[in-house]
Amino acid sequence: MCASETRDVPGVDAMNAANRLTPYLFLAPAAVIMLIALLYPLGYMMYGSFLDWNPSQTIDEAEFVGFKNYIKLWNDPNFHESFWVTLKFAFVCVSVEMVIGVGLALLLDRNIRGMTFLRTMFILPMMIAPVVVGLMWRYMYHPTVGTFNQTLESLGLPTVDWLGQHALLSVIIADIWQWTPFIFILSLAALQSLPRSALEAARIDGATAWQQIWHIKIPLMMPVLIVTCLLRLIDAFKVLEVILVLTEGGPGLSTEILALRISRTATEFRELGEAAAMSNYLLILLLVLTGAMFAFTRWQEARANKLRAAAEGDE
Amino acid sequence: MMSSQNYERQNPAFYALMAALVFMSVGPVALMFINSFKLDVDIISGTSGLLFLPTIQNYETALCDVLPYEMDHLDFCSLKFGGAFINSLIIALISTALTLIIGCMAAYALVRFRFMGRDPISLTTLMVRMVPPAVLLVPVFGLWNNEFCIDRDSLVGAFIRDTFGGRGDVCLAGTHSGIILIYVAMNLPFVIWILQSFIVQVPRSLEEAARVDGAGPFGVFFRIVLPLIKPGLAAAAIFTFRIAWNEYLLASALSDRDTKTVPILIVNNMSEFNVEWGVIMATGMLLAIPPIIFTLFASRQIITGMTAGAVKG
Repeated sequence: MCASETRDVPGVDAMNAANRLTPYLFLAPAAVIMLIALLYPLGYMMYGSFLDWNPSQTIDEAEFVGFKNYIKLWNDPNFHESFWVTLKFAFVCVSVEMVIGVGLALLLDRNIRGMTFLRTMFILPMMIAPVVVGLMWRYMYHPTVGTFNQTLESLGLPTVDWLGQHALLSVIIADIWQWTPFIFILSLAALQSLPRSALEAARIDGATAWQQIWHIKIPLMMPVLIVTCLLRLIDAFKVLEVILVLTEGGPGLSTEILALRISRTATEFRELGEAAAMSNYLLILLLVLTGAMFAFTRWQEARANKLRAAAEGDE
Repeated sequence: MMSSQNYERQNPAFYALMAALVFMSVGPVALMFINSFKLDVDIISGTSGLLFLPTIQNYETALCDVLPYEMDHLDFCSLKFGGAFINSLIIALISTALTLIIGCMAAYALVRFRFMGRDPISLTTLMVRMVPPAVLLVPVFGLWNNEFCIDRDSLVGAFIRDTFGGRGDVCLAGTHSGIILIYVAMNLPFVIWILQSFIVQVPRSLEEAARVDGAGPFGVFFRIVLPLIKPGLAAAAIFTFRIAWNEYLLASALSDRDTKTVPILIVNNMSEFNVEWGVIMATGMLLAIPPIIFTLFASRQIITGMTAGAVKG
């Protein structure tokens, strides 16, 4: 505006310097806390994973053993089991939740009374502590006094050994109960923010409901669905408390997901180095998954752009 | 009501479906609520349904360390629920407040300023969001017990020890601040991420107008931006509180006898061989009260917050 004039005013240089510092001042507290309590611990853990380290030693007293922890885990059948249980749990949960959540959203995306109430009630499972969720489901799964088996019995059906034989399935059901609403609410919001004109045009052209869903709604929702799926997937690897309360990882290793195994290795077996190496494996797994997801999004965007460019070229 | 006329007539099947969905999501919670008023005899005998004599005995047992009167059914108050509840409150409230203040400042800087290091910081924030708490268990346990201690021989250490008691080094582990620190760090990436999508929507012209009127960057932030992103702040506050209030793993690694939180207490009681269902359900119900209150009174904010990141961003 008046750059030539301001240059003559004394103190402007100091003010510019202050302006340049402003973002750093705003960031400083967050940066300090995250450095001390998040990034430094992560680095500390990476270093710790190369040590033979038990909780009574400080990190300086622990012996450096190189990749021994990693190799040991790589060849450990129990670790493999946990790894597969984690993957199975995460993928089954997320895919079932996506199908039910998106399906319900498509079905209930209409001008219907009581929708606000339904959404409010749907948030409830997500807000309640995982520990309490575990507690409720452990009661309902209880072999004799539990709700499910009592209902089955009163109907004259054989009872089910929920947390024994079918432990993984039971744990997955509890997770689906808790988190399907998350996907439902996000996809409903996405559906309601779709451009009305595209849907209107399709309706006028005589597209059936199925065609509208497959060729218009789902593709337009895709960006949101991918983000939702990614968020849910990351969260599925964080689940620990529900399983801890429901089965404590048992019977055997059937529900011992990695997060639970890390905590048991650290506290029960007192092998901090091994637990740290395991944490690193889990982080790598998460990084690969997120990376793949991002790459997929990029690829899809690029393809959409190319299609759009081609369509415009035709005109 | 005006708005009621806008609803179209729908197939009754949709209402049936919605009723079933509400029943499924609320049912387990309602079951816990009902059972928390039953005696263990009633729970185990399986006289399901509503035919029982409601009693508050379970809640009395749970809260025995804070209730002022003696209970007939209880010889010894073993469950220190009241103390744990207060610990949970202190930790959740303070960590939520700190996370919000620090987080919204950082989010503002990342949205509104171009500066060196912005992109790496933004990326780091996004990346650490996916770190599971279990991964932090080992380093936090080690650091909070060893590195983040003030040596007993140092000046400050001696001063703290003389003032607050204790024998050895002064460590973060076992204190409220130790748990609060990790909760703030853990929640910051999430809060920064969610608030960014709200700050972007604040019209720049408003900020510029304030700046022309002579407000400094902090003045603009506190007087213009913060009031406008109140819904975002409310949502972020609820999510942060929820995590700090519900978290078990890190709290169990860091707390000692006096700083136990409610989730730890519940897990400890669940792993006993003979589960006292009534009392456990009462403690679970008490832990679930704040989230239930948020759900009933702030569901709109929660939904806006949830969709802000994924749908708009």
